[in-house]
Amino acid sequence: MQSELAGRSGDLNQLYERAQQIASPNLRDKIVQKLYQESKQLCEDSVSFGKAERDKHTEKLDAIFTSPIWGFPIMIIMLGIVFYLTIAGANVPSDMIASFFGWLEGHITSLFQLMNAPDWLHGLLVLGLYRGTTWVISVMLPPMAIFFPTFALLENYGYLPRVAFNMDRVFKKVGAHGKQSLTMAMGFGCNAAAMLSSRIIESPRERMLAILTNNFVPCNGRWGTLIVLASLFMAAGYTGGAKSLVTTAVIVGIVLVGILVTFLVSWILSKTALKGVPTHYTLELPPYRRPKFWETVIRSSLQRSLSVLVRAVKVAAPAGILTWVLANVNAGDQSILLHIVHFLDPFGQMLGLDGYILMAFLVGLPANEIVLPILIMGYLSTGAMTEVDNLGDLKQIFVSHGWTWLTALNMMLFSLLHFPCGTTLVNIYKETKSAKWTFLSFIIPTAIAILVTFAVAQIARLAA
Amino acid sequence: MDGTKSISLFDGKKGDIIRITSMEIEGVMRRRLLDLGFVQGALVEVIRKSPLGDPIAFRVSQTSIALRKEESTRIQGELIRHD
Amino acid sequence: MTDTFRIALAGNPNTGKSTLFNALTGLKQHTGNWAGKTVSLAEGTFKHRSKQYRFIDLPGTYSIFSNSADEEVARNYIVFEKPDLTLVVVDATSLERNLNLALQILEMTKNVVICINLMDEAEKRGITINERLLARRLGVPVIKLSARNRAGIPLLLDTIDRIVSGKIACEPVQIKYDGEIEARIASLEPFVKQVVDDRISSRWIALRLLDGDESLLKELNTRLKTKEETVCNQS
Repeated sequence: MQSELAGRSGDLNQLYERAQQIASPNLRDKIVQKLYQESKQLCEDSVSFGKAERDKHTEKLDAIFTSPIWGFPIMIIMLGIVFYLTIAGANVPSDMIASFFGWLEGHITSLFQLMNAPDWLHGLLVLGLYRGTTWVISVMLPPMAIFFPTFALLENYGYLPRVAFNMDRVFKKVGAHGKQSLTMAMGFGCNAAAMLSSRIIESPRERMLAILTNNFVPCNGRWGTLIVLASLFMAAGYTGGAKSLVTTAVIVGIVLVGILVTFLVSWILSKTALKGVPTHYTLELPPYRRPKFWETVIRSSLQRSLSVLVRAVKVAAPAGILTWVLANVNAGDQSILLHIVHFLDPFGQMLGLDGYILMAFLVGLPANEIVLPILIMGYLSTGAMTEVDNLGDLKQIFVSHGWTWLTALNMMLFSLLHFPCGTTLVNIYKETKSAKWTFLSFIIPTAIAILVTFAVAQIARLAA
Repeated sequence: MDGTKSISLFDGKKGDIIRITSMEIEGVMRRRLLDLGFVQGALVEVIRKSPLGDPIAFRVSQTSIALRKEESTRIQGELIRHD
Repeated sequence: MTDTFRIALAGNPNTGKSTLFNALTGLKQHTGNWAGKTVSLAEGTFKHRSKQYRFIDLPGTYSIFSNSADEEVARNYIVFEKPDLTLVVVDATSLERNLNLALQILEMTKNVVICINLMDEAEKRGITINERLLARRLGVPVIKLSARNRAGIPLLLDTIDRIVSGKIACEPVQIKYDGEIEARIASLEPFVKQVVDDRISSRWIALRLLDGDESLLKELNTRLKTKEETVCNQS
C-alpha cells in the first residue's frame, strides 16, 4: 500500500515532545502571517486590477438581499416560490405518472390471469412490490425533480450564504450557528444528505445542534405525504391554481412549525445537554455568480434526485412485499398486520391517529417515502376498494377508515416531527460516532411528535 | 487622514479601513481567523451589517467574511481611512 | 495495460473546484471510500492520451492546518495517500487568500498544478494575471481556466500528462520563515528523518510538530501502527 510508512510509533511521541520543548506559543501566527505576506507579494507582482478591485455587482445585490428592510421579506418569498414551484409543478406529472402506472397495472394483472398465476403471487408481486414502488415513484419523483434543481440553482448563485448571514442573530439567540439555516435548507431535500453537509459548521457544539434538529425540516420523502394530505384535506374546497396556493400555504405553515420546534429544541439543548462547549463563527459571503442553468439542472437531477429516488425504491420494494405478507398471512383469526394495527390502535387514537398510521411510520423507518404507500396498502388490504387511480379515490379510502381533518393534520405533524429515517440515523452515527447522540436524535423528535399530536388531539376533541 | 486611532473591528463604520494590530482570541477561532487573512498588518474594510445588526461583514484579503460581535470586538486595529 | 494516475483536487470553498471536477470527469462519478475510512470523497475517471486518470474531489478548505474534520481529510489524502498529482484550484478574483492555501500545499507535496479558475469573472472585472511570473515564483505550472466554459482545460490536461510522464519537473517553492523558526526546523528535521521515511517531507513534518499539530501526530501514530501490524502478520 502507498500509505505505508516506515518507522516506529514510540519514537514519534518522543519526537513530538522534542518539538514541543523548542516550540513557541505564537508560532502559528508567524507562519500564517508569513504565508499571507508571501501571497500578498505574489499578487502585487503578478496581478493588476484594471477597472476596480471591488465587485460592484455583488455589493449592489447584497445591499438588497441583506438589507434591513428587504432581507427578510425576500427570504420568505424565495422559500415560498421554491415550495410553490415544487407543489404546483409536481401536481400534473404526479397524476400522469400515477395513471400510467395504474393503466400498466391493469395489463400486468391481465397477464397474470392469462398465465393462471396463483393469487398469492399476484398479490406479492403486483399488490405488494409493484404498487409500493410505483407509488414512491409517482409521488416522490416530480417534487424531487423540481426541488433539487431549484435549490441547486440558488446554491450555485450564492444566495444561500446570505440567508445564513441574515439569520445568524436568530440562531445565536438559541445557541446555534447561522450556517444551520443552510443545513436546514439542505434538509428540505434530504435529511440524510444534510447530515453530511453539517460539516460546514466547524464548531462541534453548533454542529451537533444542527444534526439533532435537522429532522424538523421535512425532507423530500415527507413532502409527498404532506402535499397529498394538505391538498386532500386542507385545500379540499379549492380548485386549480387556488388549490396549489392553499396547499402551499398549509405546507409553509407546517414548515414554520418545524422551524419553531428547531429553535425551541436548539435553545433547550444549548441550555442543557450541549452547554458550555466553545463556539466560533465565521461565514464567507462569496460573490454572486450566475449558474450554468442546464448543467446545474441536469447534474442535480442526476446526482441528487435520482440517487434519492433509487434509494427510496430500493427500500420500497421489500417494504411493499413485507406489508403485503403481513396483511395476508394469518396468525389465528386475523392477519399479522391487523394484530399489529389493533395493538397500536389505542395509542394511535390518543394521538388523533390510528393503528394503521403508526404501523406505517414504523414499517417506514428505512425511508419516509414509503410511509404513505404502506398506509394505503394497509387500508386496502382490509377495505373494499382495490383500485386507486387518482387522489379522489385516495380520500375515499381515508374517509372510509374514519379520517377527519384532525387525522390529516396530526399525521402531517407526526410526519414532520417524528424520528429520522434509517439512512439519516446511520449518517448521524457516522458523523457523531456516538451511540448516545444517535439515540437522542431518535428519541427527542419521537417524544416531541407524540406530545404535540397528543396535545392537538385533546384540544381538538375538547373544542368539538 | 485621521492619524492612527485604535479601534476594534466592531466599532468600525461602513467603509472604514482598519489595519489589524492585535487579536484577543485564542484557540481554534484564532487559527480560523488567521486562515481567512485576519493576520497582523492586514487591511480590513467594514462592508455591511446583517439586517439584525450582527454579524458584520468585512472585506479581508479580497474576500467578504462575516464575524459575530463576540469576535469582532476583540480584534483591534488602527483606523486607516474613514469616510 | 494503461497506467492509472490519481489526481486530487484541492482548493478553497467557492472556487469552482467542483465545476472543474465535473468538467474533467463528466458524469462518470461515484462516491468512493478510501483507505477503509468512513469519509467518502467524490471520484471520477477520465481517459486522456491512453492514460487513465482518477480524479478525487477533496473537501473545500481555507487551510490545511487540521482545524476541522474536512481539513484533516484533505491533508491526510495529500500526505498519506500520495496522489500522483494535486491540482490546487484558486479563485482568480481573490488570489491573495487562495494562494495562502496553495503555498501550504506546496510545502506538503511535490507534484502540484495551480489552476487559476474563474478567469471569465476576473476578465469581466478587468483583472489581469501574469501566470508565467507566478509559475516561476511558485516552481510549479500555473494554468488559467474557466471551468464553466471549459476554457483552459486542454492545456491543463496536456500539463497533467507531461507531469505524470516526467516531462515537467515540479520544484515547489518552500517558504523561508524567520531565522528563529528556521533554526528550530533545522534542529528537529534530522530526528524526523530517523522516525519517518523520506516519502513525506521531513521539513513539513518538523514544522507541523513545532506548531503542535496533535491531529497529525495521531494520524502518524495510527498509520505507523498499521504498518507494524502488517509486518507482524506477514512474518
